[in-house]
Amino acid sequence: MKLSRLVTREIFHRKMNFFLTLAGVSLAVTCVLATLAAMRSYDLNSDKIIAKMEADTQAQMKKLEDDIRKTMKGLGFNIYIFPKDQDMSEVYDQGYASKTMPEEYATTLANSKIVTVNHLLPSLTQKLEWPEKKRTVILIGVRGEVPLAHRDPKSPLIDPVKKGELVIGYELHRSLEIKAGDEVTFKGKKFKVGKTHPERGTKDDITIWMNLTECQELLGKIGRINAIQALECNCATLDRLGEIRAELMQILPDTQITETGSTALARAESRNKAKETAKKQIAAAKANRVQMSKEREKFAGILLPIVLLFAMVWIAMLALMNVRERVTEIGVLRAIGVSAGIILSAFLSRAVLAGLLGAIAGVVDFALIYPFVKERFFQGVAMSEVVSGSEWIVALLAAPILAAVSAWLPSLMAAQKDPADVLRHD
Amino acid sequence: MTDSTQIAVKAEGLHKRFVTSEGEVHAVNDVSFEVKAGDFVALHGPSGCGKSTLLLMTGALLSPDEGLLEIAGENPYALKAEGRAAFRGEHVGFVFQQFHLIPYLDVLDNVLIGELAGEKVSLEDRARELLDKFNIGHRLHHVPSKLSIGEQQRVALARALLREPELILADEPTGNLDPENSEIILQHLADFADDGGAVIMVTHDDRARAAAKTSMHLDGGRMQGGDQEKPGEQESA
Repeated sequence: MKLSRLVTREIFHRKMNFFLTLAGVSLAVTCVLATLAAMRSYDLNSDKIIAKMEADTQAQMKKLEDDIRKTMKGLGFNIYIFPKDQDMSEVYDQGYASKTMPEEYATTLANSKIVTVNHLLPSLTQKLEWPEKKRTVILIGVRGEVPLAHRDPKSPLIDPVKKGELVIGYELHRSLEIKAGDEVTFKGKKFKVGKTHPERGTKDDITIWMNLTECQELLGKIGRINAIQALECNCATLDRLGEIRAELMQILPDTQITETGSTALARAESRNKAKETAKKQIAAAKANRVQMSKEREKFAGILLPIVLLFAMVWIAMLALMNVRERVTEIGVLRAIGVSAGIILSAFLSRAVLAGLLGAIAGVVDFALIYPFVKERFFQGVAMSEVVSGSEWIVALLAAPILAAVSAWLPSLMAAQKDPADVLRHD
Repeated sequence: MTDSTQIAVKAEGLHKRFVTSEGEVHAVNDVSFEVKAGDFVALHGPSGCGKSTLLLMTGALLSPDEGLLEIAGENPYALKAEGRAAFRGEHVGFVFQQFHLIPYLDVLDNVLIGELAGEKVSLEDRARELLDKFNIGHRLHHVPSKLSIGEQQRVALARALLREPELILADEPTGNLDPENSEIILQHLADFADDGGAVIMVTHDDRARAAAKTSMHLDGGRMQGGDQEKPGEQESA
């Protein structure tokens, strides 16, 4: 007679008790696996979503950068070249440079093999009083575009002002009632109004454009200019100013360069903003994922011990019932010489068997149910991704151990039953 | 098994007290006796006189508060609990009034359950032999609930005899049996004694007492009328 025979016969005899024990273990194993799977599937799914967000954002940013590069290539953007010793705060304050530089800088630049600049416009600007009209105006001397020696001629962006002519801004010609073709006197010299500008809503509206040479003579700055405007600068990279600066500084080391606002710049800024926003969204999604994950872990941290505790109490109660039902049997076995160790083994091996079969049932239950609830509760993640092979094994090994631990106390009570006490009261 | 000159059980000045809600009860009070190999002793007395307590003490199940007990020349109470269990399995067989067969084991397994007490070799042949001898060899694979009362008691007796103990302790073995089955059981116990075993049987049944070779009368926890007497002596006195 082997102990295993006694155990299996008893199990078949008290099927309900054994089945209830097994069902308890099975339910606990299924709950544990489902909790793990829920957490894992959420993490995997949110990882996928974030990865997709990152990939989409990256693709969008790349496309945006390409678009901007193309746009900027087509549009170009504008820079000002000032004398190196010019205080830029003064430029920002009054709108032009007080320092001057030689006019031939423009020619030097035009004759160089500069590739990043398309159009060069030297100018001499000064704010002064139009004594004849008692008005403060901005006088700009321009000579038109300096052609780039190494390039095919391009259409000039700005027409030069002919000698003896003036171009007058809107506010001036409107308030002074000056029309194109009129003759006006400026600082004692007679000029013909070659052109009047429509309203621009900028300082151009109080500006007078004059031929550069005449302007230099008028201001006593022969051969001097205070700015070269470079228009439609083309750059391959996004660091346009750096690229142009690097090229210009080699040709005109005594100058400094600044960028004027442009549509492309605004676009670049909006692109940067979009990138920043996308980054923030991804960061927020990641933070949310971490937060949700933590909350789920916290929930699982409460749920799992409760499930395990209930399972253990359930197993212990059923084991205790089994012991109580078998008190006389235990007494007789002890009386005929069966050791306490054998009695303990009989009860523990019953619990271990219930644990093992319950674990198998729980694993099988989970595996059978999972495909039907995958979409609804587990984000559609494949079962192999949420429960690893080693976790199946752990579940199969841990459940019998847990069952044995749960049944330990009742089994010990059985083993320690005093046969005399049992038989005396029989 | 021991020969007929050997002392199977020797008790000297046994005492057992229990503390109950009504105070201390002196269940066994200074009891001494000897049972030799081949003796078939009926232990009788009124209900609550301490018969079952004395039987349990004699079976190495309940340690006496005072006194000495020897079975086959050895004091089982000098052994630790597990040693004492092994000792019981080797030297003592028990038969109970309620049979106490294990309900989910068949007849053969109920007899072979004694193997769990540490038997290294299979005793299945011996079990089958005993069951054949007790005329239940044809019901080896029936569970107790399918057996008659008499058959159940015979299975219980076969279980007690499986490991060839020197001593059988029977607590009212015929208490639930009809005369015919009682006769069979008593005959088997007598046969065991005749073969050199010792039997101590607690009984209220006069026929059972008559079947025994000697009897002991216990009253108020004390042995009455000398240590041991022949059955019928008390009645004739």
